[in-house]
Amino acid sequence: MANIKSASKKTKAQAMGMHTEVLTGRTQQKFFNPDEAENFYYFGTHDVDFNKRTDLDVKDMTAAEANKEIDNLMGQGYGTIVIKNPQGKHSLGVGILNKLNLIFEGSLGYFGMGSCDGPIVRINGRVGWSCAENLMAGKVVIEKNAGSCFGAAIRGGDLICKGSVGARTGIDMKGGTIIIGGDAGAFTGFMMQRGRIIILGDVGINLGDSMYDGTIFVGGEIGSYGSDAVDAELTRSDQDWLKRKLKVAEIGENFDVSKMKKIVAGKKLWNYDNLEPTEKKGAI
Amino acid sequence: MCGIAGLIHRGKSSKVGHELQGMLQALKHRGEDSTGYALYGDTDGKNFIMRFKVGENVGEGSTSVAEDVSVYDERKKIVDSYLNEMGAKIIKDERILPYSLRYEIEYDKKDLLEFSQKIESIPGVEILSMGKSLEVIKDLGNAKMVCDRYNLDKLVGTHAIGHARMATESGVDIKSAHPFWGYPFSDVSVVHNGQLTNYWNNRRALENKGMRFMSECDSELIAVYLAEKMRDGASLEEGMKESLTGLDGVFTYFVATKDSLGMAKDTMAAKPLVLYESDDLVAMGSEEIAIRSILPQEIDTYDPFDGEVKVWQI
Repeated sequence: MANIKSASKKTKAQAMGMHTEVLTGRTQQKFFNPDEAENFYYFGTHDVDFNKRTDLDVKDMTAAEANKEIDNLMGQGYGTIVIKNPQGKHSLGVGILNKLNLIFEGSLGYFGMGSCDGPIVRINGRVGWSCAENLMAGKVVIEKNAGSCFGAAIRGGDLICKGSVGARTGIDMKGGTIIIGGDAGAFTGFMMQRGRIIILGDVGINLGDSMYDGTIFVGGEIGSYGSDAVDAELTRSDQDWLKRKLKVAEIGENFDVSKMKKIVAGKKLWNYDNLEPTEKKGAI
Repeated sequence: MCGIAGLIHRGKSSKVGHELQGMLQALKHRGEDSTGYALYGDTDGKNFIMRFKVGENVGEGSTSVAEDVSVYDERKKIVDSYLNEMGAKIIKDERILPYSLRYEIEYDKKDLLEFSQKIESIPGVEILSMGKSLEVIKDLGNAKMVCDRYNLDKLVGTHAIGHARMATESGVDIKSAHPFWGYPFSDVSVVHNGQLTNYWNNRRALENKGMRFMSECDSELIAVYLAEKMRDGASLEEGMKESLTGLDGVFTYFVATKDSLGMAKDTMAAKPLVLYESDDLVAMGSEEIAIRSILPQEIDTYDPFDGEVKVWQI
């Protein structure tokens, strides 16, 4: 077996035999330039005016019809849309890749606001499972409770629930911030890879189980730690960031962040490159 | 996938058949191989209501083998004669469908074990429910189809649980449909969403203790498991709490008795449940749209946490 310990980082994959061919051609990576943000649009998105406001009653619409109508209204330049009577319907507001001020007067079912990039959303009710899954950017605020898998696999943006959330909050998240005003269920931060989760209340068992990276802050009691989730020192910088974030999130502005617990990945599960096989077993 | 729903009115009665039909129909996308209702109707509490089947529905995608109606007639005759032998007096008998019957029975003994064993010793006969308030109605098709077929819309009572089934681990037939009666306890019923992974181990152990299984549906284990705990003196809530460790797998289930309704969620919270609770009504279902079918106005709902057990009284 190749000596991966002595191999340089650049050649480690080759040393392990993962690939041997010489890669050629142009890089597929694309770098985002903030200076050009104004020129960056997805295909099919719209130029909207936040001061142009309308209501949309979705009581008798299917989710697909409602989502299409939201798109139509954005096409007409409406930048603020108020959704009436969502009544727990699934998959409302999904796939919005646009700047938009979206307000739901009621509750959403499963997969609400999934795969969005950019909208500012306020939900004056509850949301079901997998709210804002794969969120890329923007802000989603839920005034009441949320179901399980809240913010699953989000890449960016702020996802805020003022009430309590179910199990597996922030599962597989790769960026962004999730803020919970109340309690959170089991397996919060399960396999999270980046980003931050803030829970002001209690959290259930197996917190941060198998997390790769990222940070979890907890204000209340912790049911139990998951595999490889460990305590870390809460720095002054962390506290300043928490205060700012909670203020912006309109939640817990007066919360005593100095007593919060900080949980990070012990990095003994995934960082196998640095471990001998016997050590891997010990880590598991 | 399967969907479950339940509701309990506290301090009043309502058209629970109609309400549960709406809730289950809203969940029909989670499965419509079969739908079942456990309805707790307003009765004078004097007589037992026995819902039983003498055959299977062989239409609508059923995996059952067709039988001649004369076979059903013969089984019904034997049931009648056995009831007579045991001193159970039939007050009212209704044959809802060729294979599905409802009897009101005057029967003094409290122990239903011997009674049930005798009736179910007839091949092809299964008691779906036995109780002074409980009526289990289950058949193939979605909630509306079953409700219309059995005329459940007008049934008035205090509470109910139901199940919309997508058959995965056993056949498309009535015997595998939920709810399951908590045999041999009067007025106990169970519905379940999930998979139990220690079904056979538990089943073998329970059968060795004299408990009865009618299907190979893993969900039936919950009813039998709780019945065995209660037989040994545990309260319903105690039995439910023990089930969190005694049952392995992923599950959310509801249990109802004559005067209560309970829910339990496994320790991984892998199966969904949304709950609405007020002073006079508790409604819950696999998805919020089930609750919205009876409460369209804006309400506060929440997901119970992992390992949570709750019981409400009427």
